[in-house]
Amino acid sequence: MRFPTTREREYLKDLLVVLTQKEVKLRYKSSWLGYLWSVANPLAFAALYFVAFSVYMRVDIPRYPLFLIAGLFPWQWIANSTGAAPNLFLTNTSLIKKIRFPRNVLVGAAVLNDGIHFLCSIPVLVGFLLAYGSRPSWSWLIGIPVLALGQSLLVYGLALTIASLNLFFRDLERLTTLVVTFLFFLTPIVYSESMIPEKYRALLYLNPVAPLILSWRELFLSGGLDWSVISLGYLYAAGVFVVGSLIYMKLSWKFAEVV
Amino acid sequence: MTAVRFEHVSKSYPIYSQILTGLKASLLNVPQTIQRFKRHRFMALDDVSFEVGQGESVGVIGSNGSGKSTTLALTAGVLRAQSGRVEVRGRVCPLLELGAGFHPELTGRENILLNGILLGLTRREILARMDEIIAFSELESFLDQPLRTYSSGMYARLGFSVAVHLEPEVFLIDEVLAVGDLRFQAKCREKLEEFKKRRVTIVLVSHSLAEVRGFCERVIWLKDGKVAADGEPGSVIARYEAAMA
Repeated sequence: MRFPTTREREYLKDLLVVLTQKEVKLRYKSSWLGYLWSVANPLAFAALYFVAFSVYMRVDIPRYPLFLIAGLFPWQWIANSTGAAPNLFLTNTSLIKKIRFPRNVLVGAAVLNDGIHFLCSIPVLVGFLLAYGSRPSWSWLIGIPVLALGQSLLVYGLALTIASLNLFFRDLERLTTLVVTFLFFLTPIVYSESMIPEKYRALLYLNPVAPLILSWRELFLSGGLDWSVISLGYLYAAGVFVVGSLIYMKLSWKFAEVV
Repeated sequence: MTAVRFEHVSKSYPIYSQILTGLKASLLNVPQTIQRFKRHRFMALDDVSFEVGQGESVGVIGSNGSGKSTTLALTAGVLRAQSGRVEVRGRVCPLLELGAGFHPELTGRENILLNGILLGLTRREILARMDEIIAFSELESFLDQPLRTYSSGMYARLGFSVAVHLEPEVFLIDEVLAVGDLRFQAKCREKLEEFKKRRVTIVLVSHSLAEVRGFCERVIWLKDGKVAADGEPGSVIARYEAAMA
């Protein structure tokens, strides 16, 4: 290993910024309802879960709509990025076959795009908060950057793993959809962690995405920051990041042969 | 000075279509999968050696599947040789095929930045060349329009303009030597002649023998992954044509 030169660092930064800008621009350029659509999607699901779980099944959680979106918005980031991951390299075939550039930046840009998108949806959440007579807390100023960084690492690691492996095993895409749906229901988003029977509650902490999602919800609903849960979230994020990077390093030189 | 050196380079591809059929089949029968992997390989390059001096313009010819594109990909650094050594001195820039590295929804200006950065320049370096690129492309009045409104000729002009202004030291061309209408084609040729004068190394892969004959100082003929002939264009092309007839 050697340290990158100043120019190489500048280049990597520029590449990431330009590719992210491209993604963000495209999202809003192709349809001027871009922002609305992206917020509408989690909101529609929130409405659906509200009807199914609160109205029909009588789940007793106070301020349930607010509770739902406080978990759904950050979840959407994970779902969007992992959902797009299988095709990230496949849709850039001609580049990968012809140009030598760090391909993991394609993944980084996609993840940042979804992250920026999530941040842009926070005002909607604030609207709900105000409607329920609460207010954002000052702790958001620390909490949001800390959690966003952790989640970026986590989502990047997941997406890099999926994107790289999918070039070699194309049916991984179907598996991804399935696993993400499983993770969604195994993460306390439509229910609260206190509803899990005591003897199964420890299992929750085997779920790598649960600590961060729980932290987001806590932060949004009460302004609370539980540093032990956040630390666990970071531990998982770092683990997933390292695994993803190792898989990428091992396989990336073969990308041009298999895309 | 050598710009590109291939030393006993071999490259084979597994025939991936077999594992692409499914994760399940390949996981259920791992030993068999590995065996199949080892047996079914396509030799794209088989012990190839050659050198390209700095400032030389070399044409690579050969029938389909003879290893031309693999040679370019190895030179560009997107593939790794199985055995042997590939050495390239200086910054390599490939001339991309129509539209690669461009996005139809972005404007011409945004695409210049995107393409330039993918080809290895920093933002500052591209912005410093922006005016030159735009002037060369002669697309000033379309520059703030999305690329999907461009004709294919205009696409190609923009791509060529970006590529030639990146100051490559080794320029790789796959098939497309000149693009656009007749007048712009002449301009492309002029630019490439200027590259030759400035001693930029050029590797051109083409099926157009007339183009290769007119432009290159030397020709390498690849046949089934091996160098069949290497030398002065007239004689190599004559032998190639005789073999093809």
